[in-house]
Amino acid sequence: MSVELDVFVGNTTIMDEEVYQLWLDGHTVNDAVKVRMEGGVLDECEASADVLLSDTMDQYRTFQMCERLLYSPAKLANQLLFQIPPHRQAMLIERYYAFDDVFVREVLGKKLSKGTKKDLDDVSAKTGVTLKSCRRQFDNFKRVFKVVEELKGPLVENIRQHFLLSDKLARDYAAIVFFANNRFETGKRKLQYLTFQDFAFCAGQLINNWTVGAVGENNMVEDMDVDLDKEFLQELKELKILITDKDLLDQHKSLVCTALRGKTKAFNEMEANFKNLSRGLVNIAAKLTNTKDVRDFFIDLVEKFIEPCRSDRWTAADMRIYLTHYHNSAHILDTFKHQVVWDRYMGVVKSCIFKMYHD
Amino acid sequence: MPGKLKAKIVAGRHLPVMDRASDLTDAFVEVKFGNTTFKTDVCPKSLNPQWNSEWFKFEVDDEDLQDEPLQITVLDHDTYSANDAIGKVYIDIDPLLCSEAASVISGWFPIYDTIHGIRGEINVLVKVDLFNDLNRFRQSSCGVKFFCTTSIPRCYRVAMVHGFVEELVVNEDPEYQWIDRIRTPRASNEARQRLISLMSGELQRKIGLKVLEMGGNAVVGYLQCFDLEGESGLVVRAIGTACTLDKLSSGAAASINTHMHPNTAPASNACNSPSKDGKEPVFTEDLPSSSGPPTPFRALPTTSSSPPPFSPSKPCSRQSSSSDTDLSLTPKTGMGSGGSAGKEAGPLKTLLRQQTQTALEQREFPFFTLTSFPPGFLVHVGGVVSARSVKLLDRIHNPDEPETRDAWWEEIRQEIKSHAKALGCHAVVGYSESTSICEEVCILSASGTAAILNPRYMRDGCLDIGSSDHRLFLSMCVCMFNVNCVFEEPSPPSCGFCHIPYDELNMPFPAQLTYCYHCRRQKVPDVLFTTIDLPPEAAVTGQGCLIQARLCRLKKKAQGEVNATAISNLLPFMEYELHTQLMNKLKLRSMNALFGLRIQISVGENMLLGLASATGVYLTALPAPGGIQIAGKTPGDLSNEHHILAIQKRINDTIAKNKELYQINPPELTEEAVGSPIPEPRQRSRLFRSHSESSDELSELDLSHGKKDAFVLEIDDTDAVEDIHSLLTDAPTPTGFYSCNTEIMPGIYNWTSGLQMFTSVRVFRLSNANLTNQGLNKIFTDLCENLLKSLYFKLRSMIPCCLCHLNFTVAVPEEELIQVAVTAVAMTFDKDQSQEKPGDRAMTKGGSENEEQLQFPLELCAESTSANNQPSAKIPAPSVDYGSFADRCSTWLELLRLKAHTIRRGSVKTISSSERCSPLPEGRSRSLRSTRSFGGSSVTVVKMTPLSFLPGTRIVKYLGIINMFFIRETTSLREEGGVSGFLHSFIAEVFAMVRAHVAALGGNAVVSYSMKECVFMENPNKNQAQCLINVSGDAVIFVRDTDQEATPAQMNTGQTCNSGTDGAT
Repeated sequence: MSVELDVFVGNTTIMDEEVYQLWLDGHTVNDAVKVRMEGGVLDECEASADVLLSDTMDQYRTFQMCERLLYSPAKLANQLLFQIPPHRQAMLIERYYAFDDVFVREVLGKKLSKGTKKDLDDVSAKTGVTLKSCRRQFDNFKRVFKVVEELKGPLVENIRQHFLLSDKLARDYAAIVFFANNRFETGKRKLQYLTFQDFAFCAGQLINNWTVGAVGENNMVEDMDVDLDKEFLQELKELKILITDKDLLDQHKSLVCTALRGKTKAFNEMEANFKNLSRGLVNIAAKLTNTKDVRDFFIDLVEKFIEPCRSDRWTAADMRIYLTHYHNSAHILDTFKHQVVWDRYMGVVKSCIFKMYHD
Repeated sequence: MPGKLKAKIVAGRHLPVMDRASDLTDAFVEVKFGNTTFKTDVCPKSLNPQWNSEWFKFEVDDEDLQDEPLQITVLDHDTYSANDAIGKVYIDIDPLLCSEAASVISGWFPIYDTIHGIRGEINVLVKVDLFNDLNRFRQSSCGVKFFCTTSIPRCYRVAMVHGFVEELVVNEDPEYQWIDRIRTPRASNEARQRLISLMSGELQRKIGLKVLEMGGNAVVGYLQCFDLEGESGLVVRAIGTACTLDKLSSGAAASINTHMHPNTAPASNACNSPSKDGKEPVFTEDLPSSSGPPTPFRALPTTSSSPPPFSPSKPCSRQSSSSDTDLSLTPKTGMGSGGSAGKEAGPLKTLLRQQTQTALEQREFPFFTLTSFPPGFLVHVGGVVSARSVKLLDRIHNPDEPETRDAWWEEIRQEIKSHAKALGCHAVVGYSESTSICEEVCILSASGTAAILNPRYMRDGCLDIGSSDHRLFLSMCVCMFNVNCVFEEPSPPSCGFCHIPYDELNMPFPAQLTYCYHCRRQKVPDVLFTTIDLPPEAAVTGQGCLIQARLCRLKKKAQGEVNATAISNLLPFMEYELHTQLMNKLKLRSMNALFGLRIQISVGENMLLGLASATGVYLTALPAPGGIQIAGKTPGDLSNEHHILAIQKRINDTIAKNKELYQINPPELTEEAVGSPIPEPRQRSRLFRSHSESSDELSELDLSHGKKDAFVLEIDDTDAVEDIHSLLTDAPTPTGFYSCNTEIMPGIYNWTSGLQMFTSVRVFRLSNANLTNQGLNKIFTDLCENLLKSLYFKLRSMIPCCLCHLNFTVAVPEEELIQVAVTAVAMTFDKDQSQEKPGDRAMTKGGSENEEQLQFPLELCAESTSANNQPSAKIPAPSVDYGSFADRCSTWLELLRLKAHTIRRGSVKTISSSERCSPLPEGRSRSLRSTRSFGGSSVTVVKMTPLSFLPGTRIVKYLGIINMFFIRETTSLREEGGVSGFLHSFIAEVFAMVRAHVAALGGNAVVSYSMKECVFMENPNKNQAQCLINVSGDAVIFVRDTDQEATPAQMNTGQTCNSGTDGAT
């Protein structure tokens, strides 16, 4: 004796946000029922476990049916199958595309390929995010990636319009797409301390300053926000003069040291390390024409700059003041002609390092 | 060539990928009407094609316009192989044929495929140019408006109510044609959908013709059903109430003072006669009368229909006595005298008829499918009348012709009519018909509420016709009045309808009569059952609630006549038990009347299911119900006694709790009733009601004699144990929820605009174990209760809210499967105001009239003495009259009756507590509260509701009827999420298609929505399932009452007041 069929369909589709979250998190119906019971819904409504089970199954079914619409959220607004008030549609989409930082951290910069997808069970085991949820998140990344890949125009805006996401979420997706496209290495042990939000911030900087679209002349180039500006990368080589020209290097150092003297406890270390650090940063810039080195951009920043500073116990304020002067002083160097490129480079590197300089 | 249909295909979107290679589709469209087909160009490689076609023009007869749907097929062009169909859209163009409805159909329609469901959408424009100046073909009835709504549509007023219309068409079911063996399931499904669409169109056209002949211009309360008879055919039948409607000017809708003029005959004379003193109606015993229905069963086996009309009601020969009443009724005929045709139909009708010369006689059935009426229209309500008949489908001689089925229904309707007469009523309101089919056995059922309608309205109606007759008519009426010594006084609207219509001397069934607790002038029964909505002007104490009786009865598997006989034999018992359950539950809630009663009996191979749903209320005019007493057979046994006491206590507690819950606190409630000692053992033979009745009479105004026996349940009786069990296991509705199966909840008047219509379906599989009736009952009851609980849980975010129009449908799709489907709407209301009481209205009136009526009571008393004996004496008598069949009938009738006595003996209620007709707080509020508005949405939001209105809004236009039939089939059940996934998406698709059609008509809501059929079949082993769904409703445009006043419900009440007043004075 059993209930063979049990459905509930409302003219306005009923969705419980709590159950939606459980579904998104990849819980099975039974787990979800357990969680809900512990949450105390039953007490509020004098219902029994059966009722809860039936409700949960119904909702899961509804979500499954909605899922294919969520693949292209714009459809949700003009499809006829489910009558869902606009604010609920927004909620459905936003939550569907939301992701776990721990998860995204694992796949950030990886190729969004089948191979990566196969490894998701490891990721799931490692992060504690259910496999189902991992897959959903991964598929979301991939879907967004595929769609924007072929679109012209600004990346964030495209994502927001195509997937009807909030600005914040759209920016995060832009970061993910950007990382996946450029295959930035983020998985090395030395980078483990960095959160997704750190990377997302850096991605934002890179997108806004280093890509083709950043220049702003023609707004309708394909991949304008995804690919780095090749010309710019080429020009970065010119910065080498800062370290190859002995005079220039010394001059730069003295300018910086003059400005810093007495303003920080770490002055001595700064002075001692100046050349090394400067070489590190400039070399990173000079090598960016190589795809391989682009991928290692973050690891290089950490190895060549952040780690040495950290071992010298610079505080965040030290870092700030040092880099500010390091950047600005170059403007005063008479023989240094590449101010524009320098600004474009240092502006980004500075803010990335500020963001990345933490424990 | 009376019309030109024009269609334009604009665009498509979200089409499915039909070509795997390119992930695209080369779509084109075929537009077909009748035998003409047009095609658009192919729009290559696009999932969002833009065709922007020319206007395709079809020149057609208006007859075809009515019958045929416009058929749009979307296909994928394939150079090498046959083109693949993506899906279809059927558009019913009927709404375009009526000038007052929609003028254009334009919008996105889901493209539907019976195998794959919705596959994308198509944008279509459709227009019709009708050449009105041409002579109308008699075959068409363009322009007649149809409404599913069972009350007068909100933006119309009734100039005249012409009466009952019905029609039935039959065809071979494509699913059973030989060709079905060689065609694809898709082709078969589409053939069926198209056929039904055609048949519905034809049916509507034919009904329209009848309406035109009657001189009307609309059908209200249109109820169309399908009978899938299988081999013997596919039947589409419909009933409705023909009216002449006038559109209210402009926004005046709110002030609608509709008068219904039932010119229909029924009302007329009948009214007078009954007027005898309006007394009370019926009730309890409806049962018996209902039992009537079963009667036919006898006949049934002989499929042929010897219409033995049964007698049940007749058995109550008293009716004959009532014949007096009848007489008065009959006079109509007499009166109609003028009218040859008068027959039973109300004289008025006849008169009218004569006048208008429309001369159709078929008004033989004074039935109204309406469930709510303009104030003052309904004079008295007699009680529920119902009839059932079991037929064998394989015995139909000419399966392709409608005659046999026509005869069946005719028989049933006759029976209903005679039941109504037996109750002293000349009309039946809230009338509906249904069937249940299992293999070759078919149970036909009809039910309604016997009533007396107001002649005054008729008179108004007559105005339209010609004054002279009218006068004549009036004078006749007056005579009659005199004769009867009855004066039709305006009874107070708040209680008048409760007064019994039948003659106290010739009560059709045993009942306890008391003086109306409201006006004190006329008699009322102790309990009142009806199939209509609670009249808005009725005085009610506290809130109402949903009451259900559920029953399962096993039967042996059998075939043919044996099977039919077995079913027939079970029916009366089922009706009886359902009735008993209803009574018990009603008392347990301390209520005294049921509205919206709907009893469904569904037949399966090895069982019968019975489900009765109604909304219980405490009518202020009726006496307070007595408590329920438990009695043990062996009083000596201590442990037993203890047990009984425990149960008794639980019952008493429950009653007390319910009173509080539903805020039922009529003036003096009577501990006695509740806690009174168990009445003395009653003897079976005792005539029932003798005492209590007489005491009533004597007491006249003083009704308080505390100790009437309360309702007694004997616990030794297994049935009783079961009853008690089910009584106590009904879970109370959770806090914040109310539920009812009527349009609105008695006692709640301040609706806000929150609205959620839903459909829920459950199928339960019984294990193979040998089940007993009790076991089955328990399962069935639990199934219903759990379903309700789930609904409450789902809708908890809407609290405080009320589930209105809870419509349960049960079926036994296969052996061991029980299917329950519910459609209802949850509506929010403002809690703070729910308890306000209006108080004043009506009550005052009641008081003032009191004195004039004093004389009547006297008379009544006199009569009543004699009355007591008669019924009892007569009961057995009737049985004699019938032939062998009848014998059977009478036997069970008697049996029922006996049983009834034992059980209800005492049912009398009683606690007559109050002597004053003090105005009780009515618990109704007329608050004017503007409602919040819904959030706006970018897509056209289409509201759906089974009610005839949307709270907080005004309906400004009716766009036409929506009547859609869909089939969905799958051969990949598992992949679609199993049976639940399959049905879930199908129902969602049906909703979507309804909404799309409404939106295309320019509407933003469907009112009076109902899912009339949901036939689900599965074969999990083959991974297959099929489902058929039929839905209907009225497409409307509503506007929000931003202003001040009034949600429709409130309008209603307000309106009531006004017109009620007018009427009364």
